[in-house]
Amino acid sequence: MSETNTFILDDQEIPFTPGQSVMQAALSAGVFIPHLCYHPEFRPHGSCKLCTVKINGRPATSCTTPAAHGMEVESNTPEILDKRRTLVQMLLIEGNHFCPSCEKSGFCKLQALGYELGVMTPRFNLMYPTRPVDASHPDVLLDFNRCILCELCIRASTEVDGKFVFALSGRGIKKHLVVNAESGRLADTNFSLTDKAAQVCPVGVILPKRMGFAVPIGQRHFDDAPISAHVDEFKPVMPGPGGRS
Amino acid sequence: MNDTDAINEVLVRHGKDGTRLMQILRETQEELGWLSPATLTAIAAGINWPRSRVESTAGFYSFFHTTPLGRYRVLWSDNITDRMLGNMDLMQAMCKKLWLEPGRVSADGLVSVDTTSCTGMCDQGPAILVNYRAITHMTAERIDQMVELIHNQTPITEWPAEWFKIEDNIRRADILLTNTMPPGEALRISFARGAATEVETSFSERSWHESMQASDIGASATLDEIKKSALRGRGGAGFTTGLKWEACHNAPGRTRYVVCNADEGEPGTFKDRVLLTRQPDLVLEGMTVAAYIIGANKGFVYLRGEYRYLLEPLNAVLAKRRKLGLLGENILGREGFNFDIEVHLGAGAYVCGEESALIESLEGKRGVPRNRPPYPVTNGFLNQPTVVNNVETFASAALIAAKGGDWYRSFGSARSTGTKILSVSGDCERPGIYEYPFGVTVRQVLEECGAHNTQAVQVSGPSGICLNRDEFDRRIAFGDVPTAGAFMVFGQQRDIFEVVRNFVHFFAHESCGFCTPCRVGTTLLKNLVDKIADGNGTRTDIDEIFHLNRLLQTTAHCGLGHTACNPLLYTLEKFRPAYERRLKLLKFVPAFDLDAALSQARQMTGRDDAGAHLETQSEIAQ
Repeated sequence: MSETNTFILDDQEIPFTPGQSVMQAALSAGVFIPHLCYHPEFRPHGSCKLCTVKINGRPATSCTTPAAHGMEVESNTPEILDKRRTLVQMLLIEGNHFCPSCEKSGFCKLQALGYELGVMTPRFNLMYPTRPVDASHPDVLLDFNRCILCELCIRASTEVDGKFVFALSGRGIKKHLVVNAESGRLADTNFSLTDKAAQVCPVGVILPKRMGFAVPIGQRHFDDAPISAHVDEFKPVMPGPGGRS
Repeated sequence: MNDTDAINEVLVRHGKDGTRLMQILRETQEELGWLSPATLTAIAAGINWPRSRVESTAGFYSFFHTTPLGRYRVLWSDNITDRMLGNMDLMQAMCKKLWLEPGRVSADGLVSVDTTSCTGMCDQGPAILVNYRAITHMTAERIDQMVELIHNQTPITEWPAEWFKIEDNIRRADILLTNTMPPGEALRISFARGAATEVETSFSERSWHESMQASDIGASATLDEIKKSALRGRGGAGFTTGLKWEACHNAPGRTRYVVCNADEGEPGTFKDRVLLTRQPDLVLEGMTVAAYIIGANKGFVYLRGEYRYLLEPLNAVLAKRRKLGLLGENILGREGFNFDIEVHLGAGAYVCGEESALIESLEGKRGVPRNRPPYPVTNGFLNQPTVVNNVETFASAALIAAKGGDWYRSFGSARSTGTKILSVSGDCERPGIYEYPFGVTVRQVLEECGAHNTQAVQVSGPSGICLNRDEFDRRIAFGDVPTAGAFMVFGQQRDIFEVVRNFVHFFAHESCGFCTPCRVGTTLLKNLVDKIADGNGTRTDIDEIFHLNRLLQTTAHCGLGHTACNPLLYTLEKFRPAYERRLKLLKFVPAFDLDAALSQARQMTGRDDAGAHLETQSEIAQ
């Protein structure tokens, strides 16, 4: 245990073990940094950009930046919070998100971050993309309307399940999730409800069938306290540069 | 030949190697016309990749299509310079004659017409691609003939040859474009730097290992010349070439790679096309010198898909160089120096000009920039140390290897040594290629290209800088106006807002979509600019542009997102009236017309009195 391995995060001293990212160290110390594509069991991805902080005055994603001694990290500042709020608004208008009828309401990290960051309006015009659902699989419904393109299902299916069920196609605003089948239907893949990929979606794309609204509103995961109070759930599961390889 | 045989032939040609997926997809598409779901399945099986990953790559690039787009695929280059030459009217005329809408396939499945990002023919536009072959100087007459040929289903190989002629338009040549050095000269001189040392030690009995060290001396002495020259990368970022090569040489790795970035995608840039046409040996020799210095065995030229027509000529030059012993094993008789180069064709993705995205593409994947560090010099192609440099950088390096760093420093200025090739287009009498020593003023370029009454110059493309009349005494140099080579001239008659709108659409089309701010933000910017163009813009929208700029500059993943707002920022600062004369109101106005939306209700109720209308825009303004 070396006392020299610390950095400053918004006036708080955060210890870290060498190899940890700024995000991992902060979460380990009980300080929440908003994120969507980061998952404690996987390598950092750095695409959602919600975890952007300023390190020694320069912007960087905290999930991909290794912690270093003496860093000065700003996270909870009005400027950065405004950027994170805008990013959540962007994700909300990019897809078709209708929380009141969504099975994942109350469990959804995008929704929880909306509350956390004070998203009161969509700010931008809704894009209303056409994204048909895939109900072909006997056990699972895919509702692409809610996809935020974090690639966690892709990473889980590739790195844990070894199945490559999910991938991205298209480019830019037309980027979208595809499944590993010539027909384009989930039923024609070897996907299973027990796959790791079925467990990691932070929003409501991958839903088990025949299990609707099992938990009443008011008792759902993020109903009791804001997502930042759930910080312990996101602590790194293993030391080192981060997650599975 | 049936589809299966055609796919297999392509797969076998590429050793069923998944890292060659881009070439496999392109060649298969050239054979079969499009990439059907079954074709992607067969390719995936052939290279032993999951099908999802093959679809992922195929779906990323503009020039791969997973839906049929007709036997004739016509794409109109849509840079602002093409627009200024009237490409939109010509495209509409063509569509009318073919009875189709832009972006659609004709009912008989014969032909489709659409736009594409700048094809690098700005000095000879309006330009198009037909089945990814470049045609320049489009006119109404050419359209008539072309429609006839398409209707008669005449193969493109039988179309008039002069349509496919690409001009070099070299207007001013300096050390690069006047080069007459015989192929191999720079290599021989580089080797000789080591040999000079070998002679000194030749009295002692030298082992094979020691002679290798002598070759190292030649390499390190040549690297010293590159460093002495103070050559900086010509692709835009301006990193010091000698330091990059040294870092790559020193990086641990199984093997090393040299990659020439010929993905000249920045709209308005076409100087690499001319270098690869007129000085291919110099470019390839520069790559070989780099291989000698860093210890690489394999090199790639990443050629943008728009320059498909250069593939065969470049392969011919490579074959000639192999025959001359300038590529292959034991180059110029130097034992153990093995290096070969292959041309890798891109498929329509501007973001692949970013070096780590380019490497992803070389590996057969989506062209998405990597998280950095690590940088390509330590973890590049197949995770090995890799040097990626621009075409012009390699050409300059070859000259330096032959003539020395001190000679090179005698051109240009102290901090920006050597020459820079500019691609001049737009409102001027002599568009084309101008090679100048660094330090030339914008005014001198304007005078020499015959530009009169110039309102603005966009230097280095949409991601670069827009200069107004007060700034024409600024100099093309790293410390003042740096550039990757584009120099687009806009006369007094041009509407700068339309220029900006074209650039903003470009970024939205080319965003790779990896990170949230760029994926969504570039489209939001596009919508805002269109809203202003439609006459619904307000001050709130201008404020939103600044807000989005701050977000993109701080949170976007790569340079595309960081610079996507540049055209708006520079022109809002310097050409504010171009915006303000379009802004109706200072209050917020929605992007759609609320009152017009009520017209159906009025029709149904038979009312048209004042009470059946919302307050008018002029009322709101009061």
